[in-house]
Amino acid sequence: MMNNLVLFPILVPFLGAILLMLLPKKIILQRTAALIAGLALIAVSLFLVFHVKQNGITTVNIGNWDAPFGITIVGDMLSSLLVFTTSIVLVCVIIYSFYTIGKPREKFLYYPAVLLMIVGVNGSFLTGDIFNLFVFFEVMLMASYVLLVIGGTKIQLKATIKYLLINVIGSGFFVVAIGVLYSMIGTLNMADISQKINALHGTNTGMLSVAAVLFLFVFGLKAGLFPLYFWLPGSYFAPPIPVLALFGGLLTKVGVYAIIRTFSLFFTKETTFMMPLLGILALITIIFGIIGAISYYDLKTIVIYNILIAIGVILFSVSILSRESVTGAVYYLIHDMIIKAALFLIIGVVMAITGSSSVKKFSGLMTVKPTLGWAFFIAIMGISGIPPLSGFFGKLLIVEGAFSAHEMIGGILVLLSSLFVLMSLIKVFTRGFWGEKSGHLTLTIPYRKMMLPVIILLTLSVLYGVFSNAVYPFIADAVEPIIDPNVYIDAVMKE
Amino acid sequence: MELLMAILIGLMFAAATYLILSKSLLRIIIGTAILSHGVNLFVLTMGGVKRGDVPILGLKATSAYNDPLPQALILTAIVISFGVTAFFLVLAYRAYQELDSESISKTRGHEADDE
Repeated sequence: MMNNLVLFPILVPFLGAILLMLLPKKIILQRTAALIAGLALIAVSLFLVFHVKQNGITTVNIGNWDAPFGITIVGDMLSSLLVFTTSIVLVCVIIYSFYTIGKPREKFLYYPAVLLMIVGVNGSFLTGDIFNLFVFFEVMLMASYVLLVIGGTKIQLKATIKYLLINVIGSGFFVVAIGVLYSMIGTLNMADISQKINALHGTNTGMLSVAAVLFLFVFGLKAGLFPLYFWLPGSYFAPPIPVLALFGGLLTKVGVYAIIRTFSLFFTKETTFMMPLLGILALITIIFGIIGAISYYDLKTIVIYNILIAIGVILFSVSILSRESVTGAVYYLIHDMIIKAALFLIIGVVMAITGSSSVKKFSGLMTVKPTLGWAFFIAIMGISGIPPLSGFFGKLLIVEGAFSAHEMIGGILVLLSSLFVLMSLIKVFTRGFWGEKSGHLTLTIPYRKMMLPVIILLTLSVLYGVFSNAVYPFIADAVEPIIDPNVYIDAVMKE
Repeated sequence: MELLMAILIGLMFAAATYLILSKSLLRIIIGTAILSHGVNLFVLTMGGVKRGDVPILGLKATSAYNDPLPQALILTAIVISFGVTAFFLVLAYRAYQELDSESISKTRGHEADDE
């Protein structure tokens, strides 16, 4: 009975979405129900985190079919922590949406789409079956297409066409990758695949490398890895701010999680070139992210390119695959989900005041809204990794891990990337927030209500940094199955 | 049999790639449809094209049944790609109404407007 707890992060938003579809025109009802679903999700996932902390990896075999034959939902610490972070971001975005998204969109199934996307995200984090992962990816992507196009302005239509096309191709190749793997291994359960790949040891494993590259292509496309990130800046520029915060906080991170999960389970022993390839691509991603981030004067675009830098940093440290670097990667992943959502929400407030996201069009915001200025400043310090704040500890471990694995270039590049992240955002701060008051500043927005979710996210981010010691036992549990896949396999295949 | 299927699937992927790289939005959608056909056929082939019976327990198979798992996977993938294609077609229709063109080059120009 307690095991079914793992299913609740999927079932709660799913139930919420279904019920909300029944009464699309009652906005008050939509808002309260969405908020209640979000809060329930936080409660459930927090409970799940502590349950997994006490009892180890929790699995549930759906329909009582034993592990390799049915679908297994696996709640290990990494998934539980990501689900918990997702639910926090969700609630903040829902609160923010109340005041910014506008009634026409709210009447047109906005909240059900948000909840369905969370179903897909949480399902992807929790599933233990590779085809089920594909299905949850599609649930997530379908809802994200709707969220991207809802409202139907020209820019959204243009962006959705490209985003949809890219993801249709990506999904096609995901199925191809599963087909290749299935023809070799003959099973779909991730733990079982891992076990059977180990049993292949010494035999002809060339096709396994093909499958590995296909998976890297598919997940790299979702995550925005170097040669496959080209869709991301354009597509993320289009949607309204709360949707952008959800996308920037969650969607690419699901791709990162899928890479961590499949590569740590499947492709570590038999394919020696896979991890170095991932590392090199991740480093190039960092470089291209830096180039994008420092070359624009547009707030939104700068932060979008900062997503790429973070993806590169996380995947680089995953590719080293030592305990230290993976711990850093998990720290950084959770930090990045929170801080990116917070940054996009702050940009939303700035855009609501100034009517533009280009820092060339306004300055002197500090004199008008000092709280906003300081919130943005703290977010910048957090994202670039200034010591007491949340970005520091993860990056420290990543750099230490890189140096102890003799990846000097990578370590130095990660350090330099911090400098450029700081530079790209401090440019915004000095131009937009300091100086004489100029530009058209409208102050009739519900400023305090919009700042509430921003403050919540920033407080959490600061606490996460200050109390990183208290979080450490949880992160250590999350790292264990990545370093030693047998922990994961034993938990799933126990009977 | 698998070799024939492989050649056919390869041709489908080639056709899909060619169509997706073209300028007209409708051709692109046809390309994605062919791509998903190729993908489904690929999964069926990779599951093994053996001469077994249809996987229905009521029919007493003389020797063996075919693998039922790829068939279930394909059924799932078909429904999903059907949903996505329907959405894509309506999106293309809306884009045609709003942008007055079904050329993909009309979807340019979304980036931040600074130099």
